[in-house]
Amino acid sequence: MTTGIDLSQPQAQAIRSDEDVVRVRQLVRTVAVAAKLSLVDQTKVVTAASELARNTLVYGGGGSVEVTTMDNGRRRGVRIVFADSGPGIADLDLALTDGYTTGGGLGLGLSGARRLVDEFDIDTGAGRGTRITVTKWAR
Amino acid sequence: MALNAEESGRLAALLSEHVDQVTQRWTEAVAVQLRGRLSQAELRRQLQELHRAILTTAENGIVDVDAEHAAELRAVLGELSRGRARQGFSATETAISVYALKEVLLELLEARGGESVLRDFVAFSGLIDQMGLFTFESFVRTREGLIADQAEQLLELSTPVVKLWDGVVAVPLVGTLDSARAQVVMERLLQTLVDTGSPYAIIDITGVPAVDTQVAQHVLKTVVAARLMGAECIISGIRPQIAQTIVALGIEFGDIATKASLADALRHVLRLSGVETSRRSRRGA
Repeated sequence: MTTGIDLSQPQAQAIRSDEDVVRVRQLVRTVAVAAKLSLVDQTKVVTAASELARNTLVYGGGGSVEVTTMDNGRRRGVRIVFADSGPGIADLDLALTDGYTTGGGLGLGLSGARRLVDEFDIDTGAGRGTRITVTKWAR
Repeated sequence: MALNAEESGRLAALLSEHVDQVTQRWTEAVAVQLRGRLSQAELRRQLQELHRAILTTAENGIVDVDAEHAAELRAVLGELSRGRARQGFSATETAISVYALKEVLLELLEARGGESVLRDFVAFSGLIDQMGLFTFESFVRTREGLIADQAEQLLELSTPVVKLWDGVVAVPLVGTLDSARAQVVMERLLQTLVDTGSPYAIIDITGVPAVDTQVAQHVLKTVVAARLMGAECIISGIRPQIAQTIVALGIEFGDIATKASLADALRHVLRLSGVETSRRSRRGA
């Protein structure tokens, strides 16, 4: 079943279950292909989205994602905003340290996702949820 | 919306006085919508059954889909939707089988005339809407059941462990490697290692579109478990984009052998086992 997606509009997707993480990956891949990212960059941004979507689900208790096609006149790109109203991150520097985890994972999701994208912005604090904006530009 | 006792009685009267006409017109109306994908005889049988179920309900009390004495009506409606869902009809095509009764009733009411025509039609419509919604819900439940079954079948299908060579088994992973599938893969692989006594296992991730930390962790755990059982694991199918992503993520595969293709991995394993064979033959000599 194919659904026509109007890629000029931001695409929203709720993150409530593991299946939603798969949907986020597919959505980001579709947008990345449309933005003409190379195969390597597609894979990088899809993987980063996968990490951040899972963080939203596991640590944020679920949330939402919005995927937008960007165009700064010279290059096209993909912007993804993850938002949850979970407990937030108290110590951001610690959370961004390779190998640090509170959930039994590899501890590379957040720090690795930052290395996979071109722009990484995080707005969080203890008790006020987390909002992460990442952008990947076509080369 | 349930009918009151009078309306219920008038509906029963209308349906029982014109049995043949009702089923005939009803079958025709539905057949047009289904465009010959179901035989007239089959359709007529289903609608006759539904017709009878409505009458039986009317005999036992007020016609109401939710009522206790309407169990037969619900069973017939449920059976109809399940059949439609399995045969691949759409939700609209399923509901239309019920909604078409409205047209038939309107014709009969117009022919009958009288003051209560409009009020009766509105009441009957409400009942038919209720029946339609019930059909729709049964339809969705059946479809969801089908999807759940298929997901389970897919889980089984997508994780075969194949024997590549004497003492070499391979697991070609395809698609998303979530926790449930990772668990199935690990169990199958470890069991196959025991059953075949294979010292080598190749985990091929060519068909995995994105390798994130969760996938990597599942693969690493499987490799460690296989090692505990004395088998060596090789990870193959690492494409250029996956390799670059793994490096950027910072995932370390440590001393686990990784290869670009399944062929490379097999060659690597054969060379390893080849050395052993020659050593054994030397020992024998």
